[in-house]
Amino acid sequence: MLSALFKILIFPGFLFLSVYGLCLESLDRKIYARLQNRIGPPWYQPLADVLKLLGKGTIIPADANPGMFNFLPIVSLAAVASAFIYVPVWGNTASHSFDGDLVIVLYLLTIPTIAAFLAGWYSRSVYATLGSIRTLTQMFAYEVPMFMALLSPALIAGTWSVTGMAAFYSKHPLYILFNIPALFVALVSAQGKLERAPFDAPEAETEIVSGAFVEYSGKLLAIFKMSMDCELVLIASLISAIFLPFTTGIAVVDLLLYFVKTIVVLLFLSLMRSAMARLRMDQLLNFFWKQLSLIAIAQIILNLIIRSRLAL
Amino acid sequence: MKRRIPGKISQMAISQLFQKPATIAYPKGEMDIVKNYRGMLVYDPKDCINCRMCERDCPTGAIKITNEGTKEERKMSAVLDISHCVFCCQCVDICPKKSLSFSQNIDLSNLSSKDFKVKL
Amino acid sequence: MNEKNRVVIPIGPQHPSLKEPASFLITLEGEKVVNAVVGVGYNHRGLEKACESRTYIQDLYIIERVCGICSHTHSTAFCQGIEELAGLKIPKRAAYIRVIVAELERLHSHLLWLGVAGHEIGFDTLFMYSWRDRERVLDMLAAMCGNRVNYGINTIGGVRRDFDAAMLRDVLKMADVLQEQLKYYLDLASTEATLIARLSGVGKLSKEDVLRFGSVGPVARAADVGDDTRVKEPYAAYGEIPVKVITDTHADVFGRTLVRIKEMIESLEIIRFCVKNLPDGDIAVKAPRKIPAGEMISRTEAPRGEDIHFIRSDGSDIPERIRVRAPTEVNWHGMRYMLEGQYLADVPITIAAIDPCYSCTDRAIVIRSDDQTDVTDWQGLRQYSIDWYQKRGVNVPSVKMPESKKYF
Repeated sequence: MLSALFKILIFPGFLFLSVYGLCLESLDRKIYARLQNRIGPPWYQPLADVLKLLGKGTIIPADANPGMFNFLPIVSLAAVASAFIYVPVWGNTASHSFDGDLVIVLYLLTIPTIAAFLAGWYSRSVYATLGSIRTLTQMFAYEVPMFMALLSPALIAGTWSVTGMAAFYSKHPLYILFNIPALFVALVSAQGKLERAPFDAPEAETEIVSGAFVEYSGKLLAIFKMSMDCELVLIASLISAIFLPFTTGIAVVDLLLYFVKTIVVLLFLSLMRSAMARLRMDQLLNFFWKQLSLIAIAQIILNLIIRSRLAL
Repeated sequence: MKRRIPGKISQMAISQLFQKPATIAYPKGEMDIVKNYRGMLVYDPKDCINCRMCERDCPTGAIKITNEGTKEERKMSAVLDISHCVFCCQCVDICPKKSLSFSQNIDLSNLSSKDFKVKL
Repeated sequence: MNEKNRVVIPIGPQHPSLKEPASFLITLEGEKVVNAVVGVGYNHRGLEKACESRTYIQDLYIIERVCGICSHTHSTAFCQGIEELAGLKIPKRAAYIRVIVAELERLHSHLLWLGVAGHEIGFDTLFMYSWRDRERVLDMLAAMCGNRVNYGINTIGGVRRDFDAAMLRDVLKMADVLQEQLKYYLDLASTEATLIARLSGVGKLSKEDVLRFGSVGPVARAADVGDDTRVKEPYAAYGEIPVKVITDTHADVFGRTLVRIKEMIESLEIIRFCVKNLPDGDIAVKAPRKIPAGEMISRTEAPRGEDIHFIRSDGSDIPERIRVRAPTEVNWHGMRYMLEGQYLADVPITIAAIDPCYSCTDRAIVIRSDDQTDVTDWQGLRQYSIDWYQKRGVNVPSVKMPESKKYF
């Protein structure tokens, strides 16, 4: 009982998730700055941001619904933290696993987006409403390719559990090569899920000034920002567990390998963020539905063929 | 019609990772001001003849020359209001005795507005 | 159509996409703009009135500060007008130096625009790179003229500073470095898929619309209207320098981007020509304090278009009336037409694509009704404004206005 609580709350649970989320955010901002030939903020900047926001007053607009306004950031953070329980960090086994937990993780991942939508909706401000509608529209865009890309390696592995997939691919490392198109689709959809450029239309600073979170301030904004950081860690861990399961079995080396894998995924996401302009909503929908989904469908067909050929 | 690819700037972006950043962490980094940059004024009371041409030509009325002595024994002093001065150096150009010149000092900020009237 | 689904979203006066305050009330239906109301006037500083109580040499510095980015063009237009009224002929070296600084200003203004356009469409990397290149131009201007913006290089009768050979060599070195970068930006603008997707088809203003609204500058040149004051009415030393007018046929924001980048490359050529053929001689002639009476219009080509100054002098050393018509003042007319029918996501880049300089724009506009005209003086106007506020219940303290102050 005590060890389960330790695993959920401390490591690899909520505390580790938050601290590593802040580290990844500061690394992301530093890399983004270096790609642009700048120095970037100091290493402790995300922590300073969170502490500063916690110290500011929270203003709730008069028209907004105070219950929902206060409740939604906590829902978002709780969903991400719960999903992290099923993702393997140390080696190939997660804190808890059962057959089908990949579907649970993907389901829990949609909750932060819906929380953002509701946050914008209940704020009763023009910019917030526009931002929340864009968040929902973008969810319709990236959900299909992302789900298909993350579920297609399971066809070869024969199990719906993240732990099971990681174990299978560690035993047969060469099968990872079949999943490279899915890795590409997963990375691009992850960028859409995390609402970073070029897919940050819901939070476009120059058009709708922060979108759904425009009325949030103080403690509630700090919790929303923490949930976005934790989502980054979660998606990086998920992608590295499904597509890059290189493990050795030695405890400390596995932890270092986990850090290396998630940082490599982050490097790709940062490079994508700095290299492209923001796409408009209709262009985004076109891109996700017409180009990415086709690659994901092709990957599923390929995996089905391979599965029958290899008689798995 | 050239082929259009997204993310073309990533090549230059990655090469920037290995170069020195173009920004400095002011005020920690070193900043060199070029020669002949128009900074704070410098006044030499020795040659000033109290003609007040600088006061007349100043667009904002920032400089004030006073004679604290008598007409025979001049003791000139100049007071510049930094909050009004636009550092155009028209006073430097117009002075017949070249008593005014400019330096490269640009650290002129203050915490209190009373400190803006600086004796040159 | 569905009137109930329309929502009015205010962009400005405070907005992250606007560099200066202006107000746009956009009526949206879904994500499409159905109506746009453009409101400028937040930057009115009373410059023209301030010029009427200062001498010409003081006004030079006030006119220079009408805008931060096109400051040299305004001061050149002002000096040209006064020199023509006074019958002065500036030395050739001064004219060439004015051209070199004007082209450097065009470079830094267009690089600023490139960065701002990149920021408006979410392409922050382009913003950082183009502003880093702009720093090179600003450092060059600081070394040559003494300040990074509002370089007071002009005086009535010529220029104030001379350039020596070492400085000119540095200018040529900087031109070579910038040429590489500009070629890269031109290549990027033609092949980067997301940039083309965001900039093409946005803010369309065809050739007929340009002629109807009277737009100037790169906005007009992107619609194949080859209007360039440097060629049509050459001023300073432009009569002896070959200037190519850059036009494009796209007639949208993408066309304006291409026109501006190509104009920058052309500016580098003009700078090289001037540096090679810089004549020797004086840099200024002595100008009188009192300018003879008369009226004068002088035109220059600012980075944003054609800039017109009207000066009326009454024979003393204080001007009677100065009117500055900045190019952005004209480009606003087509804005509402360009905004309607677009997506909300295209509104910031459409506004940014005419390169608006709000500080240049704001002069007082007279609204006349058809049957009544009224001529008032300064005291009458002040009394009118006090009455206006008191009628609306605002308590205006009754302070006696001091006599019209002369600043010397």
